[in-house]
Amino acid sequence: MAFNNTDLAAFKDVWVFCEQRDGKLMPTDFELISEGRRLADELGVDLCGLLLGDKVEGLAKELGGYGADKVYVCEHPLLKVYTTDAYAKVICQVIEELKPEAFLIGATNIGRDLGPRCAARLHTGLCADCTHLDVDMGIYKDFLHEASTLDDARIDGLNTAMVLGEKHDVSRDLKMTRPAFGGHLMASIICPRFRPTMATVRPGVMKKRPYDEAKAAECQIVKPSFELSEADMQTEVTEVVKAAKKLVDLIGADFIVSVGRGISKDVEQGIKLAEELAAELGGVVGGSRAVIDSGWLSADHQVGQTGKTVHPKVYVALGISGAIQHKAGMQDSECIIAVNKNETAPIFEIADYGICGDLFKVTPMLTEAIRAAKAAK
Amino acid sequence: MKVIVCVKQVPDTSGKVAVNDDGTLNRASMETITNPDDMNAVEAALKLKDETGCKVIVVTMGPPPAEGMLRELLAMGADEAYLISGREFGGSDTYATSQIVAAGVNKIGVEKDDIVMCGRQAIDGDTAQVGPQIAEKLHLPQVTYAADIHKEGENITVKRMLEDGYMTIKVKTPCLLTCIKELNQPRYMSVGGIFEAYDKPVTVLDYEALKNDPLIDASTIGLKGSPTNILVSFTPPQKGAGMMLEGADMGTCEKLAGILAGKHII
Repeated sequence: MAFNNTDLAAFKDVWVFCEQRDGKLMPTDFELISEGRRLADELGVDLCGLLLGDKVEGLAKELGGYGADKVYVCEHPLLKVYTTDAYAKVICQVIEELKPEAFLIGATNIGRDLGPRCAARLHTGLCADCTHLDVDMGIYKDFLHEASTLDDARIDGLNTAMVLGEKHDVSRDLKMTRPAFGGHLMASIICPRFRPTMATVRPGVMKKRPYDEAKAAECQIVKPSFELSEADMQTEVTEVVKAAKKLVDLIGADFIVSVGRGISKDVEQGIKLAEELAAELGGVVGGSRAVIDSGWLSADHQVGQTGKTVHPKVYVALGISGAIQHKAGMQDSECIIAVNKNETAPIFEIADYGICGDLFKVTPMLTEAIRAAKAAK
Repeated sequence: MKVIVCVKQVPDTSGKVAVNDDGTLNRASMETITNPDDMNAVEAALKLKDETGCKVIVVTMGPPPAEGMLRELLAMGADEAYLISGREFGGSDTYATSQIVAAGVNKIGVEKDDIVMCGRQAIDGDTAQVGPQIAEKLHLPQVTYAADIHKEGENITVKRMLEDGYMTIKVKTPCLLTCIKELNQPRYMSVGGIFEAYDKPVTVLDYEALKNDPLIDASTIGLKGSPTNILVSFTPPQKGAGMMLEGADMGTCEKLAGILAGKHII
């Protein structure tokens, strides 16, 4: 029987693609399983992980600990290392057979390769790089009240959408919210006519739940059947190389000291001062797009819409003007400290504490003052 | 052999951005540019042209003024340009867009030793979806996030970037590659190129030109053919400004450190 993705009632359960690299689960998997748990509860369905690899069954139970009721495990030597060919083929087969209602994928470099290929093959909608997901209308509206400038009447009236000229009730649709235009605009997207509804989700945005030992033990492991052979492979991965230098872990950092164009006067010194402050705080150094584009810091340091989304305890912005594309990646930090020569820099509009001054003079004093304050405690 | 490069004209989101009262973007007030990642794709194609003498064709979907962007790419060295344009195509999401662009690429024709290139993602939507979706619609193998491309006959070796390193991937033509900024530094238009650009062909592909392609159907293009709908778009509220500290001397820094210590932040 042909796959009919418009028979919405035939689809149920929320699925999460659980990416593994080198036989290890990715941190994003736990974030998405945690978020998927909430969505599955709101829909009243099961939450299932989908894990592909070679001899990876042993990883499945841990996903249960973060909320998966079930993990579908697909094992094959050709699934050991990610390829678009093999992964898209197996995932589309399993989806056509088992019909999930929603399918979430981490928006990693691999997820962003896989998601669109699968959505195009399945003829369904995919919303990229989501930062907020909702089913329950009450929770969704609460989110809009807090996170948007829409007026209350507009939000309260958001129960239907015009779809092909007809009013469509959105209460059971997955509302997928994402930034666009470099963070200037947010949009909530729905996929009302086709299933599964697909979303890639920005790493670092969804919060991981506490690990539940009992839930992990209960987690069911299922091995769906699929077909895959060498004949399906149009690409060949000849090597996988880990970056020689340890990459900066911005997403996991509690303290981030970021530099912007303001360091251009003396790039080396600017970065050195930021590193000293970061070291005093026990944090790491980040940078704005200008800094990465100029080659002053490597791409793994980039904070912003085109870089990473971070929410550390303290975010120090040194010489960063605060373009919206940068703000999109750091405005949810618990405490923002900005140092900038220009008192009208937009970064001051969102900073908890602002110092209008030369970062080359202020930063070493701030490092010293923090060292002294910590010593005095 | 030819390289077909899919490009997009986008508002320059790094410049000033105006938002209308209804929460939509005021595009009229914004500069338009060729999407940055697409410029890297064009440069990669032109490098292959320098090495092999292959033909480079640029194709875009957009309103008629996008022809100006195509002329600039011709001035950089592309040989031919196609503008896919028609009101039937308006309102397309990434799925519908990829159907239409794939039909346009079909019209140009993908042969055994050809490569289709795209930028990784456009700075207006940042989705990175259209490249892989065109590949699927054209039944081509894809390699995304290409940071290095080597071609030897029909064999292409691509350095494909990951967050924590890279993969080396071998693929045969025809295939689709999406390009990132690490790949190259796009060249400038040459004076000679600018003169020549106006003699090079820009072909408009409208609905009539593409309608016989099986990819083009009322149920797969435009607003009606888009699986996704925008429920609502909105602007995020500005976080309230905090405290501007007086001065920028040691006293200021000590005060700030004191506040942070008092709140047990440090």
